[in-house]
Amino acid sequence: MKDVREALVRVEGLKVHFQIREGFFSGLLSKEKKVVRAVDGVTFAIDQGEILSLVGESGSGKTTVGKTILQLVPPTEGVVVFDGAPVPQDREGLKAFRQNAQMIFQDPYQALNPRHYIIDIVAEPLDVAGLVKTAEEREQRVREALEQAGLTPADDYFYRYPYELSGGQRQRVVIAGALILGPRFIVADEPVSMLDASIRTGILKLMLHLRDTKGIAYLFITHDLSLAWLISDRIAIMYLGRIMEIGIADEIIKAGLHPYTQALMAIMPVPGQTREGERPVLEGETPNAAVEIMGCKFSSRCPRATERCRLEQPELMELSAGHSVACFPVQEEYKKNIENMTGERVNV
Amino acid sequence: MAKNDVKAKLRKRKIKAFVSQVLANKMALFGTVVLFLFILVAIFGPLLVPFSVLEFGEVEDMLNPPGPGHVLGTDDMGRDVLGYLIAGSRISLLVGALATGISMVIGTVIGIVSGYSGKAIDNVLMRITDFFLVIPWLPLMMVLAAILGTSIWNIIVVIGVTSWAGTARVVRSQTLSVRENQFVERTVSIGAGSGHIMLHHILPNVFPLVFANTILIAAAAITSETTLSFLGLGDPAHASWGMMLHYAFETGATSTGAWWYFLPPGLCVVAVVLAFTLMGYAFDEILNPKLKER
Repeated sequence: MKDVREALVRVEGLKVHFQIREGFFSGLLSKEKKVVRAVDGVTFAIDQGEILSLVGESGSGKTTVGKTILQLVPPTEGVVVFDGAPVPQDREGLKAFRQNAQMIFQDPYQALNPRHYIIDIVAEPLDVAGLVKTAEEREQRVREALEQAGLTPADDYFYRYPYELSGGQRQRVVIAGALILGPRFIVADEPVSMLDASIRTGILKLMLHLRDTKGIAYLFITHDLSLAWLISDRIAIMYLGRIMEIGIADEIIKAGLHPYTQALMAIMPVPGQTREGERPVLEGETPNAAVEIMGCKFSSRCPRATERCRLEQPELMELSAGHSVACFPVQEEYKKNIENMTGERVNV
Repeated sequence: MAKNDVKAKLRKRKIKAFVSQVLANKMALFGTVVLFLFILVAIFGPLLVPFSVLEFGEVEDMLNPPGPGHVLGTDDMGRDVLGYLIAGSRISLLVGALATGISMVIGTVIGIVSGYSGKAIDNVLMRITDFFLVIPWLPLMMVLAAILGTSIWNIIVVIGVTSWAGTARVVRSQTLSVRENQFVERTVSIGAGSGHIMLHHILPNVFPLVFANTILIAAAAITSETTLSFLGLGDPAHASWGMMLHYAFETGATSTGAWWYFLPPGLCVVAVVLAFTLMGYAFDEILNPKLKER
């Protein structure tokens, strides 16, 4: 890695494999255990105050990456580095880490215990960490968090139950709960996909505002490429547990190089524009993650797949500043261009 | 404090809603009224009709049919059957309540821990539960009662310890579904331990089920007490409906046609068990909205 400056969160060679439970007899007969490769070698970094979007279809492992970073799912391989050191695994260290890294969940209807008051839900991280001594202090902290999350006057919400709030208000409660410990990093797992379109903007604006005022970094997990473009600094495209392409948001959207990125772009609606001509539409379905694929994960559906793609797995290669692509044909094309320009052989 | 007022008001509103639902449900209403009457009698009855198991009557008082002086007649020792019945209601209800409490605590704790922990702990706890579930409860209780000796407290413990398995099963299955909720994952992500999650998130969400289950267990506990006492494993120093039936059977009240001796305690047991059962099913319906749709 040539990145000298230490990022806030760094994920290196992350693999998460889940074992499939088999029937008793088939388990006896087959020696090999079936494994789903939810995440299969993912490396990226997020800077202080940066928003990185992880874009992929359902089943691409994007949520698993987020949960693994937060130590909710144990990694099979690889490390998560937070603030220059691997995330500690002992009780105390983990507790300290969890004060710095929080999660916002997809479904605000499920993420709040229906039998708890809002004040108790928001204050729960404080109670668990044992950070407040008096009831007044607790109320004050909750009040601040709710106000930061845009729920004012905060006192009106204290003794209400989640079912008395709307979806947008609930998501703000979830955000308030994530904010109360003053985290530096938040994993947002599809935070607006369950909300009405009219409420989405408010939540997204709130997240951006928190980034600007508090320098919170986000891993924004979404399946919506246009949403990723709107909110993030950088975008990583994920497919079947691997990152296909990563780079500055604008560059990915306007000059995405990976065939998968291009296929996603082709189906992304652009306002005020009717597209003419052929659109490359992907054929087939995402392969079963339980079946091991030797070559590039995308090779079975890729229009540009070659023999090499089916046998070897391409690694991410930086083609321009901060823009990396994991695709043999694209990498070879790039090599050829450079060779033509400089007349020298490039070895990559 | 103003905040506490809001809290209290909300709780009051919730209780009011529950009460009105109970009143609207005829089964629940009937069960509650019957039980309430029995509890009143158990508390205040002995003050009105003094009675002692050890005070025997004269020879001419033995096995007299109902008449003036003795509304429900007398037993083979010349004791007033009504007095015996009222004194017995105390013990029967007390044993039912305490044994149910023990059973509920054991069943809930084992169910939640088993369902939330999973894996090895779940396996071990569920095999123990299966043991208590499949073993014939009556012989087990008889053996335990015989070994521990006949005292009221032993009977309470024996009933409590043998009747929790069903609750544990039900609570475990509910725990399995509750723990899949995202709010549990959220709590893990803020660094909470298993104890915190089980106490603050699982327990409140399985509690309605525990409550409804408890009432049904109370019915079973009272039946168990009656059975044990009837079989002669009861505490002879205390009057209970089961002991009454035991003496009635022993002295041949059934064959001599002394119906006033064995019928009242039998009917009381049936009434209380019926009341508990009706309440249990009705509360289950009220507290478990999914059942209402059917």
